[in-house]
Amino acid sequence: MATKELDTRFSKFGTVSFTAITKVNDFIDHLSDGRVTGTRCTDCGTHFFPPRSNCFKCLASNMAWFDVTGTGKLVTYSRLQYAPVGFEKDLPYCIALLDYGDYKVFGRISSSIAEADIQVGMPMKAVVNRLDDGQLNYVFEKAA
Amino acid sequence: MGKVAIIGVGQSPFVRQYPGSIRELAFDAFQTAMTDAQLVTEQIDASVVCSAPEYDKQRSPAGIFAEYLGLNPQPTFYVESLCSSSSTGLKLAYSLVKSGLHDVVAVLGFQKMSEISSSESQERMGRGADIQWESPFGTMMPAYYAMYAQAHMAAYGTSPDDLALIRVKASTYGQINEMAVYRKPVTFEMFADPENRMTGPVANPLRVGDCCANADGSSCVIVASEEKARAWCQKPVWILGLGAATASVNLAGRDLFTGLAAAKQAAQQAYDMAGVGPAEIDVAEVHDCFTIAELMAYENLGFAQPGEGPELIRSKATYRQGSIPVNVDGGLLSKGHPIGATGGSQIRTIVLQLRGEAGDMQVKDPAIGLVHNIGGVGLYGNVTILGR
Repeated sequence: MATKELDTRFSKFGTVSFTAITKVNDFIDHLSDGRVTGTRCTDCGTHFFPPRSNCFKCLASNMAWFDVTGTGKLVTYSRLQYAPVGFEKDLPYCIALLDYGDYKVFGRISSSIAEADIQVGMPMKAVVNRLDDGQLNYVFEKAA
Repeated sequence: MGKVAIIGVGQSPFVRQYPGSIRELAFDAFQTAMTDAQLVTEQIDASVVCSAPEYDKQRSPAGIFAEYLGLNPQPTFYVESLCSSSSTGLKLAYSLVKSGLHDVVAVLGFQKMSEISSSESQERMGRGADIQWESPFGTMMPAYYAMYAQAHMAAYGTSPDDLALIRVKASTYGQINEMAVYRKPVTFEMFADPENRMTGPVANPLRVGDCCANADGSSCVIVASEEKARAWCQKPVWILGLGAATASVNLAGRDLFTGLAAAKQAAQQAYDMAGVGPAEIDVAEVHDCFTIAELMAYENLGFAQPGEGPELIRSKATYRQGSIPVNVDGGLLSKGHPIGATGGSQIRTIVLQLRGEAGDMQVKDPAIGLVHNIGGVGLYGNVTILGR
């Protein structure tokens, strides 16, 4: 019986990925190309971030990728000084939520930004970030 | 179809490390509830077992408990909704009794968290969020709730001092609750001392003192039909209202960050079903896994308007002698939070209050009580209203 090769690209997402196989694995290739992407239902036009392969409104699976561009507003954040197993070496770090209007993006604030410079409501943008071990994620940088 | 009552309640003491197995832990709560209800096992028609998985090696604990507690061959069910598992269990038991399928149902909540380390536990709890899109960023429960605290502070000027006042209130009652894991006094001054353990860093703006502790524990609530309750029980407590709602797991799918939408929706359902409003609640147990969670509960349950929760704690309105006593058993902050057992322990507290059996924690003559029990970071909201 032929063995089918598994597409485990998603295991490259973040410091520790808890998912290897998903139908939106192309997200990882986009990160690799410097793009943060979501999906849009081509039937009803709803934007989804995080990207998904199925639209719960249409119960259809006709999705197109779009790039997360422009700026979002910082909804809220927290700076962690204690980490779950596997993330200790990243400390301290800030998890945060950006509101882009049509969708929101959950992620981390760039470690280059001092906590004193972070304010709820400030404009930020999600950019691709490559970790030392080759893992990929995205972080929020200040927007001009 | 008649009403549905709670005819017995029990819990184990909540402790750092239970010196026994999960079946023995479950026995402790079951035994106290059965003694309270004055029943024998043959009178239990079905059991509902509630916990969050992955803390113990035993798969399908419901079967083990049915065997160990002498509940074979009666049917048993296993339910989980993270930290609100036993409120979900109560709702299931209510449905089983109300439908006439069973007359008497035991709801058993438990969690033995001590078999794994605290950071492993944070990782497990973190995976009660979105493991595909959030966990790879290194999330954990205190940090999610800290994001809500940050938003509440930004919107309303709430301060870390307001949160500290909630912990101080919890300790006032935790000290007199022999079931609580944390019984030492906590003072407001401790939060001003950078050397004090209470101010230890966790996830800004939440500090060690803002967080409840993991614990091992079990709880048991015995639910019965009106006919059985009137025949067997001197002081039945009636289930008047039940509300349950869900919210997007990933925070990206939510719109409200100064409160929990699922808690608001569950509260409205429970108030509507019971035909009462927040002004008629005489005593409440709310899910204070973190201090900010209690503050948001004040607002989400309608005890205060949005943004005005801090005033309730500053004025001590939520103390035992106040206008709306909340968590006068010490709450999760003092009792500890053995995930699957927590809801049942909250229900036990309100039942004892309504029966006038809460001892030093007794509120004056309460007729209607409320339980607010949250799963995850507000992804499951459960509100239960009980009355004499």
